[in-house]
Amino acid sequence: MDFSIASILTLDGLTNGAIYALLGMGIVLVFTVTRVIFIPQGEFVAYGALTLAIFQTGKVPGTVWLLLILAAVAALMELVSTWRHRGRAAPALVAAARLFVLPAIVCAVSAWAAPRNLPLAVQAFLTLCIVTAFGPLVYRVAYQSLAGASSLVLLIVSVGVHFAMTGLGLLFFGAEGFRNPSFWDDRFSVGPLNLNGQAVIIFLASAALIVMLWLYFERTLYGKALRATAVNRLGARLMGISTQSAGQLTFAMAALIGALSGLLIGPTTTIFYDSGFLIGLKGFVAGVIGGLASYPGALLGALAVGVIESFGSFWASSFKEVIVFTIILPVLLWRSLTSAHSDEDH
Amino acid sequence: MDAILNPAAAARPAKSRLRTWGPLALVALLVALPLLPLPNFWIIQLNYIGIYTLPVLGLVLLTGVGGLTSFGQAAFVGIGAYTTAYLSVNFGLSPWLTLFVGLALTGISAAIIGGITLRMSGHYLPLATIAWALALYYLMGNLEALGKYDGILGVKGLTLFGLEVGQQRVFYAVVWTFSLVACLAVIRLLDSRSGRAIRSLAGGSQMAEAMGVNTLRFKVGIFVLAALLASISGWLFAHFQRTVNPSPFGLKMGIEYLFMAVLGGAAHVWGAIAGAGVVKLLEDQLQVLLPKLIGTSGSYELIVFGILIVLVLKYLPEGLWDFIDRRLPRPQRPVDWRDAAELPARAKPAAGEVVLDVQAIRKTFGGLVAVNDISFQTRAGQVVGLIGPNGAGKSTTFNLVTGVLGLSGGAVRFRGEAIGGLSSRAIAERGVSRTFQHVKMVPDMTVLENVALGAHLRGRKGAIAAMLHTDRAEERELLREAERQLQRVGMGEWMHELAGNLAMGQQRLLEIARALCADPALLLLDEPAAGLRHKEKQALADVLRSLRASGMSILLVEHDMDLVMDICDHIVVMEFGTHLMEGTPAEVQQSPKVRAAYLGTEH
Repeated sequence: MDFSIASILTLDGLTNGAIYALLGMGIVLVFTVTRVIFIPQGEFVAYGALTLAIFQTGKVPGTVWLLLILAAVAALMELVSTWRHRGRAAPALVAAARLFVLPAIVCAVSAWAAPRNLPLAVQAFLTLCIVTAFGPLVYRVAYQSLAGASSLVLLIVSVGVHFAMTGLGLLFFGAEGFRNPSFWDDRFSVGPLNLNGQAVIIFLASAALIVMLWLYFERTLYGKALRATAVNRLGARLMGISTQSAGQLTFAMAALIGALSGLLIGPTTTIFYDSGFLIGLKGFVAGVIGGLASYPGALLGALAVGVIESFGSFWASSFKEVIVFTIILPVLLWRSLTSAHSDEDH
Repeated sequence: MDAILNPAAAARPAKSRLRTWGPLALVALLVALPLLPLPNFWIIQLNYIGIYTLPVLGLVLLTGVGGLTSFGQAAFVGIGAYTTAYLSVNFGLSPWLTLFVGLALTGISAAIIGGITLRMSGHYLPLATIAWALALYYLMGNLEALGKYDGILGVKGLTLFGLEVGQQRVFYAVVWTFSLVACLAVIRLLDSRSGRAIRSLAGGSQMAEAMGVNTLRFKVGIFVLAALLASISGWLFAHFQRTVNPSPFGLKMGIEYLFMAVLGGAAHVWGAIAGAGVVKLLEDQLQVLLPKLIGTSGSYELIVFGILIVLVLKYLPEGLWDFIDRRLPRPQRPVDWRDAAELPARAKPAAGEVVLDVQAIRKTFGGLVAVNDISFQTRAGQVVGLIGPNGAGKSTTFNLVTGVLGLSGGAVRFRGEAIGGLSSRAIAERGVSRTFQHVKMVPDMTVLENVALGAHLRGRKGAIAAMLHTDRAEERELLREAERQLQRVGMGEWMHELAGNLAMGQQRLLEIARALCADPALLLLDEPAAGLRHKEKQALADVLRSLRASGMSILLVEHDMDLVMDICDHIVVMEFGTHLMEGTPAEVQQSPKVRAAYLGTEH
């Protein structure tokens, strides 16, 4: 191995690592606010990449119909539960409409836009809207009524959601894989390094999202409310923060992060309906390196995962997954030896 | 109505016919099935269900009872299957030998993973097992020696005394013998000294540790046991299918095992069979039905499974078996321990001897000094009260003495030995026993079993003895002691009740009985009278007096001043973490300092 190979591998690893970092932060975000270990994070990646791919073919992506169905189910659940709770129809209808209208508009616009072969950027924007709309609906349908359950139950729910979303991905996208066109095809040489446009976009987009998340949590009231919910749910509720809205908002952000990752990774590799899972789990490994609590930890972990993966695929390509998923064990060992005490979580 | 007000008055059958005969009927049915002219297809289905039951049974123990979970069961099945396939195909070893090699490999890997992750909070185990399952899957799929994704072909069937076991009826007998023996072993394990410790794990480790249970050891233990059951399943699987490849050992299957446990009823042994059966049959139906409905082939059953998992957790969180279990009468445990031998008791301190010597202990949380150089002593046959307004640091003092919190300074001596810095388990071993301000018990164990948990350190027999039932003599001694202590606090008539059904006052008495079961020289009671009615308080005072008369040293944190003044020999008053004064009840009552601390000063 000479320097140029090493630099290519490092760059490649950092590019993937930037995406894992996004996903890792999404996972940390969801876990701290809702205590949900969000296994289906990766499904949003596949949904994002595949939705854009179907837009490219000029057809209406299956996610549009899926979103419409999910919105209807969520609205129905909201209708029933609000009606039971408040005893009157009017607020129940309003609550249901609030869940349904926005996704329905997104669906209508998407269905209108699909056959018109609009520019890539517009299709990408629509894709982000569609997949982001899944977030709050998934929270409403699967998690909201179980919000008080133990994190063990929430984890098993996550696994169920992962199963359902993978199966639905197969149903709506088919078993065929897609590779998206690059957003930016140019190549540059920076000294010995060869950068392509896609890598630049990945770095810029990841950095931008990280900065935006940081600003959101540090500088806005909503962001601070989410952080308060993360620290103490009951206390947050007593301060008038709705943990339900906090959950839905968090899931929307997670879905957005997933969709964006899907758009970014789509041009670099072929994505199948079930590819998201492995990509998401690498984000998980990153999140665990950060102790599921630290955003900078998740970022560093993700870059490390990316680099280890790319060197692993150079030296022992068939064992790269083995290497990536085995590093979690020494990381956990190190964490268990350094963290003084097992916490009493009751 | 009477049954609600006074559950002991409800008719409690000594035996439940269904509970006795149900399992026997199941065994009879399972024996009869292969003798009937059933098509081979169904026998093979039943073989699969038996094979799946084993890893699911492990999850019942781990998830339903222990409150931990693992997605790695399929990976452990894989270790068992690949071990026997590799060794029997390449080296011609007998399957009956490779079974144990597989068990050893599985046990070692499970012990390493469990040892690493179980020190940390609960969600690291499932995450670690996900990563482990994936790593192992790709390892099996890429190793040349294991035939890559094609796997190992030509695995031989089992032979038993020279007899070919085949894949149908004889194999059926082998599979179900393993499965039912495993069920029986787990049932026996759960009803034993180790079983009570395992059942206490899900409620958090603080109480279990205070009873002397090494919670880490038991957590790793049940994780390893679950993995071993999975390994046996893999061994059966390899010799049943005659070929192994990575796909049945992937993460998807690991999740499916968990689904079987949740659907069947994760807290019930029989739920494992129910879950394995229902999911296997459902999967077969869906794999035929859904592709027809949709028009293309693919694993669409995932959608149904995923939605079902969410629905089951929402509407049937205890699973299918609980549906049946709830309707069966709960029989009383037969009382067979009355003539058991008495447990050996430790040598007690002589009356008047200093038992607990607290010397200038200190606890700081950041800049806050919660306990500021507190010193006091308790003597054998003496009740010492620790009082003070809310926030005075009483509970923190308590936690420092019992090892729940570490000391920032000072020393604690118990019967002359320094115990500061020891774990709460090590302190319990030396004869310090406690109750909790917020009652901590196992609600779905009976009162008797909860109390017997207190005698954990006075027994020696472990999990294997429990499975073989060689622990029964000791078990009777432990239960005899538990009943004796329940009688002592006046709770004897409640011993068969589920602890979760008790009123608050009774729960507090249960905690005292449990603490007494440990044969302590020092008893620490954290607000034992909170929530008690007048009569119950009087009864509590009587109990404390009789304990004092028997030479026990008692440290009491309590807000009920009538009780404190009535029974304490000596009172220590704290305020804002500092030592305000100490003396006899009369001295404390007359102290203007104490009055000022509680009521404020006049100006």
